[in-house]
Amino acid sequence: MKVRQISIFLENRSGRLASVLKEVGRAGVNIRALSLADTSDFGILRLIVDDVDKGVQALKGTGHTVSLTEVLAVEVPDRPGGLAGILDALSAAGLNVEYMYAFVCRATDKAVVVFRFEDADAAIAALKKAGISILPAETVYAL
Amino acid sequence: MFNPQAEAMPVPELRKLQGERLKTLVKRAYENVPFYRAKFDAQGVKPGDIRSIEDIAKLPFTLKPEFREQYPFGMFAAPMKDVVRIHASSGTTGKPTVVGYTQNDVDNWAECAARSLACGGATAADVVQIAYGYGLFTGGLGMHYGAEKLGAAALPMSSGNTEKQIMLMKDFGVTVLCCTPSYALQIAEVAAQMDEDLMKLPLKSGHFGAEPWTEAMRTRIEELFPLKALDIYGLSEVAGPGVANECLEQHGLHVFEDHFYPEIIDPETGAPLPDGQKGELVFTCLTKEGVPLIRYRTRDITMILADGPCPCGRTSRKIARLMGRTDDMLIIRGINVFPSQVEDVLVRIEGVQPQYLIVVDRQGNLDTMEIKVEVTEALFSDEVKKLEALRDKIHHQIKTMLNVSAKITLVEPQTIERTLGKAKRVQDRRKLT
Repeated sequence: MKVRQISIFLENRSGRLASVLKEVGRAGVNIRALSLADTSDFGILRLIVDDVDKGVQALKGTGHTVSLTEVLAVEVPDRPGGLAGILDALSAAGLNVEYMYAFVCRATDKAVVVFRFEDADAAIAALKKAGISILPAETVYAL
Repeated sequence: MFNPQAEAMPVPELRKLQGERLKTLVKRAYENVPFYRAKFDAQGVKPGDIRSIEDIAKLPFTLKPEFREQYPFGMFAAPMKDVVRIHASSGTTGKPTVVGYTQNDVDNWAECAARSLACGGATAADVVQIAYGYGLFTGGLGMHYGAEKLGAAALPMSSGNTEKQIMLMKDFGVTVLCCTPSYALQIAEVAAQMDEDLMKLPLKSGHFGAEPWTEAMRTRIEELFPLKALDIYGLSEVAGPGVANECLEQHGLHVFEDHFYPEIIDPETGAPLPDGQKGELVFTCLTKEGVPLIRYRTRDITMILADGPCPCGRTSRKIARLMGRTDDMLIIRGINVFPSQVEDVLVRIEGVQPQYLIVVDRQGNLDTMEIKVEVTEALFSDEVKKLEALRDKIHHQIKTMLNVSAKITLVEPQTIERTLGKAKRVQDRRKLT
């Protein structure tokens, strides 16, 4: 259920993002989704890839600071108000979203939203209770 | 106490002994080393002017560059037939400083290293693992001869091959560890990877030195090893390790001052400073025959403690843990800042010593300080707010401890330049303009 996301520390200098993506590509790891959080001094790159272990190995081997984070991927009905409904359910359960990012899946024509919660287990319970389906990790890696 | 007669000597008697030794030393230096003769003559001081230890202030200082200019044997007061050992500094900043030891010098040094080990409670029954480098560097051989003098079993490991260090530490029942404090932390790290519980070992004391360290590192080492972590001080020009060592009070390092006479001076004016005041440490090697060092400026910043007799019974004066070096002291907006202080703050926040770089610059008339800290996995978070909180915490602690506001920049690992395993700590761009 929980999707393993690779988070990478980036300095805010030109060429840093390219360098990370090059290492991932060189290892033959394909990126399924990404988001970049940035401040004036540094950035955090978050990646969902098809082969997490290989990706982590490649990045650690080249001296990057990397951590694994558990996130949840939720399929959102691709229509107006689709995401709002999910957020309502989360807020009703008192769950705070640390961050999120979205992408559209070509195969199913549905939107997928990746959520980071402080407490992933509590979020799984709340989402299930609200009848919202969470994508299995394998499905996300294979998207 | 290894030598109670010397170490607990009543102070008036000690001063008298120091005065007599100083007279002999000055005479030997003047008669055998042209460098000293020229300096004394220039200052208008003759060996006959030295009658007691108080007269030491009449003598000129010896500076490291002067020592270096005498390369290789210009500082020697003994002929090569009497020299039994030669050590030299690493020479990273130019030609090395070369020190020759007579048999008496080697014996005295071993005596002081044995006293150092005894400061931590070591006796002839102990097994002493020496993980300082053996070679031209004085660390390994200095502690080796000290351990033998004590009658303990010396285990000459030298540095490196950490897994074997841990295996023998365990299998040989090592009780005393001698190495740099950063190497002790390295040993603990490797032991954790090997699933070895160091806390189960019979270790009782550790003598850590040859690089600056902090109280925070001491706490960390004592959490990782079942030993009392003690600070040891020495430098190759003076002898090597065993010039001073902490006793079990862990409050200042006893200087074995019947051999090494300490003074604290103002690094700007050269004026002697009273006990309890911070300044540059100066040593005179009272008994040295090979290289009779007189008022040698170490560039180390510390003070002579002024808090009365030590409960351990030793009567020698104590110096505080080194606070930095005159050559890496930074003056930022009029405030003295040492890289060791920045290090201390970072260790307290993170539990480990991260790589960092202090960048000092000047904008207009105002000095600026930036501290770059490499983000390790232990520090990293996938959330922006946590990394920002870390940065703000470092900023706040630096401001509180150093009274200087610094810009904190988190940088990627391996981006701070390292030279020969030692990281460069300071980049002062003010000097370039």
